[in-house]
Amino acid sequence: MSNNNLFELKNIAKRFTKGKETITIFDNLCMDITSEHFIAIMGPSGSGKTTLLNMLGGVDRPTSGDIIYEGKAIQSLSENALASWRAANIGFIFQFYNLMPMLTAAQNVELPLLLKKLSRSERKKKIDAALTLVGLADRAKHKPDELSGGQQQRVAIARAIVSDPKLLLCDEPTGDLDRTTATEVLQTLQLLNQEFGKTVVMVTHDPAAAEFANLQLHLDKGEFIEQHKSESAA
Amino acid sequence: MNLLTLIRKNLTRNKLRLTLNCFAIFIAFMLFGSLGAIKNAFESGVEVAAADRLMVVNKINFTQSLPLAYVNKIRSIEGVKHASWANWFGGYYQEPRNQLMTFAVDPESYFLVYDDLTIPEQELSNWLKDRQGILIGERIATARGWKVGDRIPVSSNIFSQENGSSTWEFNISGIFRPKNPQTDTSYTLIHYKYFMETQIWGGDWIGWVPLNTEDPALNEQVIKAIDSMFANSAAETETATEAQFSKAFIEQVGDIGFIIMSVVLSAFFTILLIVGNSMWQSIRERTNEIAVLKTIGFTAHKVFSMILAESFLLAFTGGLLGLLAAWALVIAIAPLTQSFLPALVMGKSVFFAGVVYILVLGFITGILPAWQAMKLNTIDALNRR
Repeated sequence: MSNNNLFELKNIAKRFTKGKETITIFDNLCMDITSEHFIAIMGPSGSGKTTLLNMLGGVDRPTSGDIIYEGKAIQSLSENALASWRAANIGFIFQFYNLMPMLTAAQNVELPLLLKKLSRSERKKKIDAALTLVGLADRAKHKPDELSGGQQQRVAIARAIVSDPKLLLCDEPTGDLDRTTATEVLQTLQLLNQEFGKTVVMVTHDPAAAEFANLQLHLDKGEFIEQHKSESAA
Repeated sequence: MNLLTLIRKNLTRNKLRLTLNCFAIFIAFMLFGSLGAIKNAFESGVEVAAADRLMVVNKINFTQSLPLAYVNKIRSIEGVKHASWANWFGGYYQEPRNQLMTFAVDPESYFLVYDDLTIPEQELSNWLKDRQGILIGERIATARGWKVGDRIPVSSNIFSQENGSSTWEFNISGIFRPKNPQTDTSYTLIHYKYFMETQIWGGDWIGWVPLNTEDPALNEQVIKAIDSMFANSAAETETATEAQFSKAFIEQVGDIGFIIMSVVLSAFFTILLIVGNSMWQSIRERTNEIAVLKTIGFTAHKVFSMILAESFLLAFTGGLLGLLAAWALVIAIAPLTQSFLPALVMGKSVFFAGVVYILVLGFITGILPAWQAMKLNTIDALNRR
């Protein structure tokens, strides 16, 4: 593993059993994720994009193989240890935002901080910083149903970055947004990558969205079939 | 925000469901608190009964009389320390609805047997000298505002005098008080002789014989001796400890404890179904959010604790309000039930039993949803929309 590799996936196999049939998603998949890269993973439905993302986030486990994060294998950690690892290292951004409807934007952003021993003033400082970064400081007290789709996704980004993780995992983050709003969200992700050094792994169907990444990987039938590097992302 | 705020926000997100659930729990615990107080009031006589005190009544039932001559025969039995006698007067004050429990007793021996009551010596002495004197219990004095020296009319709904009147005039000679605050003092005592001389149903019969034994260990022996002594006579006796007598008296109405517990358990079972189902439904609606919490780092144990805490919070909100309402209700109705349920209070034991039931309710209604949330497959739940 090179020194600036954040993740190393070694000989990953992932199989599901459905009735009597065994479905193989990955068979001997290998992959390195370099720190501070913005990677877009593309591919048709059923190619294994989301499964890969879930394995990177420790939400799913491989059938065999190693997932090594900063030199440590994580696939054999207990559920609780994985949850703590996710809280410390990973920020998740979902297609449908997944905000809590009864909480304000600030309270939604605060959720990951409830797992850390921080004073109220320290939490407030981090929430303000995250909401300011995504341009929603003035919407802190609004509930999700009072925000547009783009604003909700930016609140979700603020929630993902508030505890300062190294890696952001995004599952179709612009899949539910119009083009203009999607561009704003992608620019925010790009900013986080370029200015704040966050490693971003984004699963998307949208080639225009993938243009914002500096590495595009095409996945099909559990294998990377093509990769495209972009020196100056959109 | 802290975790408790998050739990509270989850609980209050569906206001209608919360209100209905709280109301259901509220009703159950108001029933529990008020019926528990009534049950305790019925059983208070059993709880404070003196261990060495026996009651001798007619074997047919206690409304049948016994010959007065039995008292001296009973006093001669080995193991009997003091014996007295008493008769039911069936009193009320001015209106029949103002029940005033009154007993015609032997003034010289009554307080020897009922040594758990106290009365100032001067007041006792005044009563012994005044045939028209009446002693009132502290609870009656407090409730009616009567004091020593007052003259009061007491009517009987059983007996009458030669002049046709069923009302007797009495002078309040003294107020007796309990040594144990739980002991009932909501009754009055008049002279047996004066009562017998003024009523028209003849004399020398009594209602029952209360007595003390030398030692509670002698109770069984004394009971057998008394009942054997009067076996095959015109008035056979049935002797029992005061506690057994009180219990039998209560059970004339029915098994109060069983009736009350049946009502309370039915209410609890219904509440368990309603609230349990509602909690289950609430968690099912939030599977996606629970999956998100687990994804962003909440451990399965933390999610389990949060759901269980939500269930406890719901149970405590409705339950404590219900117990509080029961407490207020009991205070409100206590004056109205003074004549037949003088010890009606919602005591600490009912309150703490209520808290235990709240914990049980919170646990039972929360454990399955919490377990379900803990075991939730995050990936499946995230894909469910």
